[in-house]
Amino acid sequence: MPRATDVASPHHYHKVVDCQYACPAHTNVPEYLRLIAQGRYTESYLLNRESNVFPGILGRTCDRPCEPACRRGRIDGKPVAICRLKRVAADLRNDVTPYLPKAPSIRNGKRVALIGAGPASLTVANDLLPLGYDVVIYEKHARAGGLMRFNIPAFRLPERVLDEETGYIIDMGADVRYNTEVTSLGALIDEGYDAVFIGSGAPKGKELDIPGRWDDGAREHIHIGIEWLGSVHFGHIEKIAPRVLIIGVGNTAMDCCRTSRRLGGTHTKVVARRSRQFFKASPWELEDAGEEGIEIVENHSPKRFVIENGTLVGMEFERTETNDTVIIPCDDVILAIGQDNAFPWIERDIGIEFDAKWDMPIVDKASFASTKPGVFFGGDAAWGPQNIIWAVEHGHQAAISIHQYAQGLPLDDRPTQGMNLTSTKMGMHSWAYSNDFNPSPRSTMLHAELVERFSAIGVEVELGFTPEQTATEVERCLNCDVETHFEASLCIECDACVDVCPVSCLTIAPNVADEVDLRMLLSAPAQNATQDLYVSPSLPQTKRIMVKDEDICLHCGLCAERCPTAAWDMKKFSLVLPYAFNVDGTLEMVSV
Amino acid sequence: MTSIAKPPVRHPGLRKNAIGFTQRDYEGAMSTLCAGCGHDSVTAALVQACWELDLPPHRAAKMSGIGCSSKTTAYFMKQSHGFNSVHGRMPSVTSGANAANRGLTYIGISGDGDSLSIGLGQLCHAIRRNVRMLYVIDNNGVYGLTKGQFSASADIGSTSKKGEANVQPPIDPVLLALTLGVTFVARSFSGDKAQLIPILKAGLSHNGLALVDIISPCVTFNDHDGSTKSYKFTREHDVEISTADFVPLRHEIRAPETDSAVNVVTMHDGSVVRFRKTHEGYNPTDRESAYAHVRACQQRHEVATGLLFIDESGSDMHAVSRTVPTPLVDLTHHELCPGNAALQSLMEKYR
Repeated sequence: MPRATDVASPHHYHKVVDCQYACPAHTNVPEYLRLIAQGRYTESYLLNRESNVFPGILGRTCDRPCEPACRRGRIDGKPVAICRLKRVAADLRNDVTPYLPKAPSIRNGKRVALIGAGPASLTVANDLLPLGYDVVIYEKHARAGGLMRFNIPAFRLPERVLDEETGYIIDMGADVRYNTEVTSLGALIDEGYDAVFIGSGAPKGKELDIPGRWDDGAREHIHIGIEWLGSVHFGHIEKIAPRVLIIGVGNTAMDCCRTSRRLGGTHTKVVARRSRQFFKASPWELEDAGEEGIEIVENHSPKRFVIENGTLVGMEFERTETNDTVIIPCDDVILAIGQDNAFPWIERDIGIEFDAKWDMPIVDKASFASTKPGVFFGGDAAWGPQNIIWAVEHGHQAAISIHQYAQGLPLDDRPTQGMNLTSTKMGMHSWAYSNDFNPSPRSTMLHAELVERFSAIGVEVELGFTPEQTATEVERCLNCDVETHFEASLCIECDACVDVCPVSCLTIAPNVADEVDLRMLLSAPAQNATQDLYVSPSLPQTKRIMVKDEDICLHCGLCAERCPTAAWDMKKFSLVLPYAFNVDGTLEMVSV
Repeated sequence: MTSIAKPPVRHPGLRKNAIGFTQRDYEGAMSTLCAGCGHDSVTAALVQACWELDLPPHRAAKMSGIGCSSKTTAYFMKQSHGFNSVHGRMPSVTSGANAANRGLTYIGISGDGDSLSIGLGQLCHAIRRNVRMLYVIDNNGVYGLTKGQFSASADIGSTSKKGEANVQPPIDPVLLALTLGVTFVARSFSGDKAQLIPILKAGLSHNGLALVDIISPCVTFNDHDGSTKSYKFTREHDVEISTADFVPLRHEIRAPETDSAVNVVTMHDGSVVRFRKTHEGYNPTDRESAYAHVRACQQRHEVATGLLFIDESGSDMHAVSRTVPTPLVDLTHHELCPGNAALQSLMEKYR
């Protein structure tokens, strides 16, 4: 007999909330969407901020691991536009400053140094400042934000949004030392910090060492993507020649090609080594580039730069499908084929062990600690390039470790996740959430006209959702956090729930030996093995079991409405996440 | 009552039947019965049975009278014909409908009040006429709509929700039907779809009146400890005396059944019902043996379930009346009403 599902600990119910489970920071998506639905934008923003710290920034730039996971995508093919709804909350909120955490006037006497003012370090600061830590941030540039500022073009992320959200943290009392590059970690440690966090990112763009790369006349027309984006940001580069090739097809390549298009690269092409199914760029970024007339050339592997009379005139590629070569003429080339970490400023003899093969620091996956006590890594600096939301989660976890370390507590004894379950039953057929299925298709984001967006680099392309779109889109959410909670001892096996379920996800099944057999015995076969089954303890009358395939449950609550004994109830699941400033997770939602 | 409509979303793995419908295409309006009502399970079983039989919904008629049970015709096959008659008069209305249009599949849904009290005479005569129909009795032993008084099927000693015991003997529709010459009678339980669905399918294929008495607990008034029609009591006292397996016509019958405990009955359309006797000496094709068995079970306070008796050789109403094979509705006016000359020649015969 398969073991009854454990619903007393958070794992099963957390996994049902696909979006929250997929989000590295476990943002409580359904709850913040409901707050938007109620027009409570400020509360929605604050709920977001608790876990992801930068709702306005992420609402425009997040790689959205939540959306491919969204259950709605398995229902009608298109997930809820979670990311852009986050932006709605950020756009429409009132002043949140009165509700932000504040640093206490009595300090705890501990000093922490953070290297780099990017999302990872800022998250650490956000979590440690309210505990009374003195936080010093070293930033080599003149502004905070790191990659979010220098590598994400302004037409995707307006500067004002970035300033506001980085400001919320810095204004709590962080001591940011701008224009201060750390050149020796040993020297920094010697300054007597209680802990050091390295969140310096992965700032080195990968090279493409093929013939012609370093030739005179070519060198100055070949750029490294992230460095070039940085130069554009600082105003060092204001234009580019008409014919531009972008090598690589990740999200940086998308930013490069769209920036190039705005700086005069009217014939910008992206060249990919492989075919479309292997593209690393997110589908929506590819779509946006396509909308701006950027051509993407597939299956072209770079061979050499073609130089004639001391000028770059093109690039030669091997066409992997036809095994011949072709020269694509161009004036400029931007390389966007990946990023590396580089730590020339970390001495190899101060106790931080590096991996022999990749020359990367050895970092513990859970605590983010290096092999030297008191030195922690996070963000891209830890294991190479990921997304902003990962950096934020690294920051939260590292902050917990730093706080434990500062108190002399063991790092591996980490605070655990908890949960709250509260019934949403309000009356006979009334629930504290909107359980009626809304069949509307996913709302389409409005974009600025092409002429308008090419007029200046800072014109934001996405205009945000209209109030009508917002109202519809939030109702597409299935409220997966309102869980179908089953109490086996109350069940009289009347079949009412099984009969009413619109998506055939319930079955009263015989006790069979294993889960694979069970999956084929259900009302509709449970073929999506990535989605768990809920298995109840034996039922009182026949000793059979109640089985629920979580795959496409609509959380409509009809099983609970048709249950005569309230064996089924719709209970709202809230994951309680530990943070450095609140390890037992007793945070209460802010009421504005 | 349910506050929302059933979402139109379907499981992507839902199969289609031979006429291209999914099971959900056989559903009807949302039920307004009490949550957990056995009748809703019977409805779900009918949905599945009709889907499995590839029954075209527009070629079926759902007939009912008055009562909780009779409301359920609204909850399945929304594209089918339907008639909601006066209390207890469903059998007569169905007889009339069947007389006029023998081409439809008739599904009569009734209850213990509608069929065993006010409509008892109607039930008896429909059995005698052998109207070709599936006759379902949702039997819960109480009058649910009028707040739980004992019905004519309540057992002696069974108590009301307030604790008062019933003293009058029950009418057992199965025994009654056997004495009236019914050609198909079964008893099942709303909480056992594995048993119920093959029985409903066999009943829908039977050439005559197929009576299916279904213990269908009333969760609101008759699902307590003193009840003999509760989910718990029925599960504890259910004795399945034959297991029926319905094999539709075009399905291949794999591995011919050589087991001597298996009876095979071929229905008039060529489909097959196979019985496995689970009781020694029981013969579902022998009326006297069936009667004796059900009666013996009753005396032991057991609820005999399964396909209890079947006689595929009986003549239905149309055969007895020697009507034309074409449904009357499909005849031309001239054929139906051949005129005064024809009437006069008929009258001449009786002079």
